[in-house]
Amino acid sequence: MSDDQGYDLSQFKATYFEECAELLAMAEETIARLQEGTGSDEDLNAVFRCVHSIKGGAGAFSFEELVHFAHVFETALDHLRSGKVEMSSHVADLMVRGNDILGDFVRAAQADTALPADHGADILAQLAALTGAVPVVVAKKPATASAPPPLPTVEKTFSIRFHPSPDMLRTGNEPLLMLRELGSLGRMSVIADTNGLPALTEMDALHSYLSWTCTLITSHDRTAIDEVFEFVAGDTAQVIVTEEGAATAAIIPAHGEEGDGWGLFAPLAADDTAKGEEGDGWGLFAPLPGTAQPAQAAPKPAALAANTANAPAAGGNAVHTASIRVDLDKIDRLVNMVGELVITQAMLGQQASGFTVESHPELIQGLQELSHHTRELQENVMAIRAQPVKALFSKAPRLVRDLSTKLGKQARLVMSGENTEVDKTVIEQLSDPLTHLIRNALDHGIETPEERMAMGKPAEGTIHLAAQHRSGRIFIEIQDDGRGIDRERVLAKAVEKGLVERGQQLTDEQIDMLIFAPGFSTAAEVSDVSGRGVGMDVVRKNIQDVGGRVVVQSTPGAGSRFILSLPLTLAVMDGMLVQVGGQRYVLPLTNIVESLRPTAQQARSLVDVGEVLTIRGEYINLMPLHVVFGIDGAITDPTKGLVVIVETEGGERVGLLVDELLGQQQVVIKSLDSNFRPVRGISAATILGDGRVALILDVSALRHMGALALAAQ
Amino acid sequence: MQNATPVSEIQAGGTRQFISFTIGEEEYGVDIMAIREIKGWTASTELPNTPEYMRGVINLRGAIVPIFDLRSRFSGGLTQASARHVIIVVSVHDRVIGILVDAVADIITVSAADIQPVPELDHHDHSGFLTGLVTVDGRMVALLDLHQLFDIELVADAITAAA
Repeated sequence: MSDDQGYDLSQFKATYFEECAELLAMAEETIARLQEGTGSDEDLNAVFRCVHSIKGGAGAFSFEELVHFAHVFETALDHLRSGKVEMSSHVADLMVRGNDILGDFVRAAQADTALPADHGADILAQLAALTGAVPVVVAKKPATASAPPPLPTVEKTFSIRFHPSPDMLRTGNEPLLMLRELGSLGRMSVIADTNGLPALTEMDALHSYLSWTCTLITSHDRTAIDEVFEFVAGDTAQVIVTEEGAATAAIIPAHGEEGDGWGLFAPLAADDTAKGEEGDGWGLFAPLPGTAQPAQAAPKPAALAANTANAPAAGGNAVHTASIRVDLDKIDRLVNMVGELVITQAMLGQQASGFTVESHPELIQGLQELSHHTRELQENVMAIRAQPVKALFSKAPRLVRDLSTKLGKQARLVMSGENTEVDKTVIEQLSDPLTHLIRNALDHGIETPEERMAMGKPAEGTIHLAAQHRSGRIFIEIQDDGRGIDRERVLAKAVEKGLVERGQQLTDEQIDMLIFAPGFSTAAEVSDVSGRGVGMDVVRKNIQDVGGRVVVQSTPGAGSRFILSLPLTLAVMDGMLVQVGGQRYVLPLTNIVESLRPTAQQARSLVDVGEVLTIRGEYINLMPLHVVFGIDGAITDPTKGLVVIVETEGGERVGLLVDELLGQQQVVIKSLDSNFRPVRGISAATILGDGRVALILDVSALRHMGALALAAQ
Repeated sequence: MQNATPVSEIQAGGTRQFISFTIGEEEYGVDIMAIREIKGWTASTELPNTPEYMRGVINLRGAIVPIFDLRSRFSGGLTQASARHVIIVVSVHDRVIGILVDAVADIITVSAADIQPVPELDHHDHSGFLTGLVTVDGRMVALLDLHQLFDIELVADAITAAA
């Protein structure tokens, strides 16, 4: 069917593979729930739907091995949900592996490569065995021999009426190819019904006006015919299959047993009951031949997207959310526009700052409302880009399962807050660090069952993965109840690597943070679990790249907790505008701890260190911004200017000396290097209300620059 | 963006258009195809720890555009920018940058045959940025190769930034 396509299917294929990836991930997650025994019947249905959707699309693109495997898998799942097969740990295991093999087939189809002929054959055989003697789908080229062969051949005559909805062509389905495929099953005669054809001048090239009646004499059974139409049947076309000489009604229960759910129903059958039995939502069909139903013409991607949105919700709260697929570019454009709006709003606010409520009550009120709406609009637009961290967390159960087996450890994964949402870019950036941290927890944190028993802990370790929103950021925690950080070893290693001077006194927290230092790895030998060359410093860097920070808390013998804190979005942030000489800079609000004007007693100048502030018994390095940036005309005396205490990602505090604070403001982040190049100490730029550019300070980089500037003095 | 075309590659008989501008007494030409717009000087935001001729960045309808002071780049000292000074916004290497000049002079159309090669000078370091010289109404106009100029610029800056 695919060899002689006259048009390009690649676009639909891309969408299909995208969906497959989502469906596979969803199936995996749901299967994991079933495996733990916390799943419900609805979960089984969800897995079934996933596999079914993958199969449906695969059929349309003629990925025959994929269709074949998916069909067997699906049949097994159907037996499970109908209770013919009991759920057991063996079955659950089989489902996990079945899903893996399905993924292999999908990826092979995507890469257009062939898998070994017996790939997944054992799983296939086991899945088929679950379903007992049920005949397996008739694939044209069965990929494996494990499936029971089709039943002995008896030629039957089918009458098939194929009536596409006017919109079928728009969904990328070509009737010619389906008819050709149908013809390949046996001897066929086709009569086209051209009654629906309009005058040539009124014809829309994207409409299908024809319908066909085919008489097919074939040795294949009904499923083979169903398969030809499975991607369109009931959805964008009406397909009526009748076996000559057999009562229509007799076919339906047989079909129902197959659990196919595609809605290839005889026209005279009791539609509602058949549909109700299926309970699947796929069997939309036209009540009468010849009536086009616009509702049926819903584009496939939307239907699938809605389906994917429904399925996870089905697990817990049965909220039905409709969703659409939108190009990310469009959203980015929207985000940019909102950015411009935020700037314009700030500009208006600044222009009106001279007016009072008394003199211009309506103007002031209007501006306040504008500011309110702008912020709301911005938050909502950002929410479009937001995705639940579930996408990120769903890989974890698998990782923990596989790794604990490999390492001979017992670990249980507890997740919470999976529905917490965060920007898509942040999610993408987090995937690797999170995987690494989980690996780390299992490899270095959790002890072997024997060690744990000896320490009086349960043999099974627990890894807790949690996400939550807190003060405009998202916090992700990876906590284990393992042995915690071995501070003595870490310190010894750091000294050995020259990261710390021998005899240097460090607090426990400082020692813990050493694991993030570049070039630090305590694993004595490189296992294939940890130490793949991705150290904790890379983890920290990845997180810092998206404006996040990571800290670790550890209790020896009781476990460690890694806390990642990330901004919810990368496009807009809250900043504090500060003045230094003639220049204005934006300090990210999240970095600011406090600001103060020190007294002469608080500010001291020390040899070697420069100026130091004493605040509530704590000594903080003072960094004059005008020195670091070489700005003229700034206030140089700390007691006359203002000191803003900022905290870097590493938790170190520095006092930045500025002239004054100009106010808090929401700023749109603009890249500096798109037209220029990165500048040290500056993370990005923004546009202020007056149209001028202000630079956003990179606090961590500044701290290092401050040290250099002092050294140069 | 045709301005990178070396003189030798210009077809005989073909003509090219340049925008000419002045810096002090000198007149320079830039290929008209590279020019995105010409605007009056607006105050820029200085970038810390960058060379003097890097005059900072401005907001060009939402984009952050760096401004280079050509006089300063050609060792003629810093331009005392005023409202009468002009920023020529050009597109080089997929980047949009602005060059600060004194004034725009003319649009000149020259045929390839009229472009004279730049005499080899002993120790003038910026002759590599010039693709040729033309004489228009008795004035000498030096044709600039922006690609060359800003390629070196960005690479050199990247090196200093990394160091």
